[in-house]
Amino acid sequence: MESSKVIHAFYTDDEILLDAVKTVKAKHHHIEEVFCPFPVHGLDKAMGLAPTRLAITAFFYGITGLCFAIWMTNYMMIQDWPQDIGGKPSFSWLENMPAFVPIMFELTVFFAAHLMVITFYMRSRIWPFKEAENPDPRTTDDHFLMEIPVHNNVDELTALLQKTGAVEINIVDKH
Amino acid sequence: MYQFSGKLKTFSLALILLGALGITYGFFTAPKTVEEAKDIIAQQVDSHGNGHEVLHEDAKKIEHATENHDANKAHVSADAHGKHHDAAHDEHVFHQLQNKPWSAVYVALFFFLGISLVVLAFYASQRVAQSAWSVVLFRVMEAITANLVPTSIFMLLFIVASIMHMNHIFPWMAEGTFTPGHENYDAIIDGKSWWMNIPDWTIRGVVYLLIWNAYRWFIRRNSIKEDTANDANKTYKLNYNVSVGFIFLFMLTESMMSWDWIMGLDPHWFSTLFGWYVLSGFLVSALTAIAFVTIYLRSKGFLPAVNDSHIHDLAKFMFGFSIFWTYLWFAQFMLIWYANIPEETTYFAMRFEEYKLPFIGMLGMNFVFPILLLLNSDFKSIPWFVVIGGVVILLGHYVDVFVMVMPATVGAHWSFGITEFSALLFFLGVFIFTVFSAFAKANPIPVGNPFLKESEHFHYYNIEHRGEGSGDHH
Repeated sequence: MESSKVIHAFYTDDEILLDAVKTVKAKHHHIEEVFCPFPVHGLDKAMGLAPTRLAITAFFYGITGLCFAIWMTNYMMIQDWPQDIGGKPSFSWLENMPAFVPIMFELTVFFAAHLMVITFYMRSRIWPFKEAENPDPRTTDDHFLMEIPVHNNVDELTALLQKTGAVEINIVDKH
Repeated sequence: MYQFSGKLKTFSLALILLGALGITYGFFTAPKTVEEAKDIIAQQVDSHGNGHEVLHEDAKKIEHATENHDANKAHVSADAHGKHHDAAHDEHVFHQLQNKPWSAVYVALFFFLGISLVVLAFYASQRVAQSAWSVVLFRVMEAITANLVPTSIFMLLFIVASIMHMNHIFPWMAEGTFTPGHENYDAIIDGKSWWMNIPDWTIRGVVYLLIWNAYRWFIRRNSIKEDTANDANKTYKLNYNVSVGFIFLFMLTESMMSWDWIMGLDPHWFSTLFGWYVLSGFLVSALTAIAFVTIYLRSKGFLPAVNDSHIHDLAKFMFGFSIFWTYLWFAQFMLIWYANIPEETTYFAMRFEEYKLPFIGMLGMNFVFPILLLLNSDFKSIPWFVVIGGVVILLGHYVDVFVMVMPATVGAHWSFGITEFSALLFFLGVFIFTVFSAFAKANPIPVGNPFLKESEHFHYYNIEHRGEGSGDHH
């Protein structure tokens, strides 16, 4: 089947890869995926990927943690059993608020950090025993790989990629 | 080369003139005798009606409580106590009212002195860290430190005025504080007299000012030398070494300065992290001042090498140090609140009772507002956002200094009126005049700095640069 074919173009340098991505994008070819051994600055911009919204989720997780801490301290220390502990004013939450700030701070950070990490795992589909999706083991070491779907234009694409400095070009059937 | 525009110069001179007039008015209307002070208080009570009177009675109670606690005076008979106390109270209120214009000037003076000083320290830190991003801002920072000279002179005058007993700002300087048997004798302060005595205090103050101004004079001269030195970075390395030395001396003198000039206002009170706390407030304000002058000069086209990433970095520092200030403020407050040891708590009790609005308001201005406004990475690179955040931060830290100084010097009789506002205008005028005339005196770009190229190409990957060629970055 023609539509399930992809081209794998290998590069050995991140600068060359970056230029190649720009060239391929300029010719209006869709880049399915780029595999790198390390983060390449500006690759997301060159590929035209939308910015991440992970920071925004973290902000709301933090607010959640803060609310949880306020609710918890208020329920436990003020509502449920307002004991006099060493003369601390447990008449209202606000009066005893300074004592709760360390908890509020830590829970805000805790919620923001952990829930954001979990969100990252879920969105990136990473979990233990997950089968690796690496098309070529060299891309975790010293090779960069650009994957482009083929639509009856193998020769044109190959010629283009050869010009961009690819060290190896494979046409692969994707199952 | 930048030219100090006539418009700005006239504006700053107008500020100075207006401020000077207002300050003069403040000194003119301050009471000269105890009777005048009584009249002023009576007028206030009349015009403000009952509510104020109740408030004032509360204030009296607190004052009396602290006085009793503070002075440790043993009064033999209750009758004598009452009479003596009334007279003592009138005298006390008289001194507080007399202190008002002095305090107004002192708050504004200390605010601008601190900003200029910490800009200098930040500048030294940038040299020592060999940070590349800030090199294009070096001349801006140097220009701001020019304000250290006039503020130091005013501080020197203030020191002289204080030791000549022209004001009652520092209560430990009062006659007889260290003389056993004298009615003003204070055993607690006497125990601290090895540190708090007029000769040592004066010498220390002069030494701080000398060290700071010496470094400023040296580094400014040698930074300009760097431009044309062409000596295999010898000048640059010398500047590096001197800056290392200055940072060491700065950390020592800054702590001691905050004890001498701020904590000394409440000689019965002490706090170990106070020096850091004062520093953190000025760090935020200093970064904001750098951002403001940078944004202004860039908008006029005199800083072509400054891009949105530089603004973004300044805003990040403003954001980070705002939280650092809050952290230290809270660490100091919470430890004292939690343990509630009377000798420490009076400091906050006084501020919470009499200065509720500024005391709590500054937390909103210095913490909540900047954290919400400057959290977003995109916002941090938009100049007008940074300006809005910065205005609130600067006002907030003025209030911070206000709440540090005023309760000790004028107590419950504080207000923000013509004198306070004029003092602020006066020092703002001095700031604008010195900073922009200093900026006009040197090349706006430190061309001899080995990190200049890197600074010009500084780019923070996460933000879009508006209206500038960012196509060649990646």
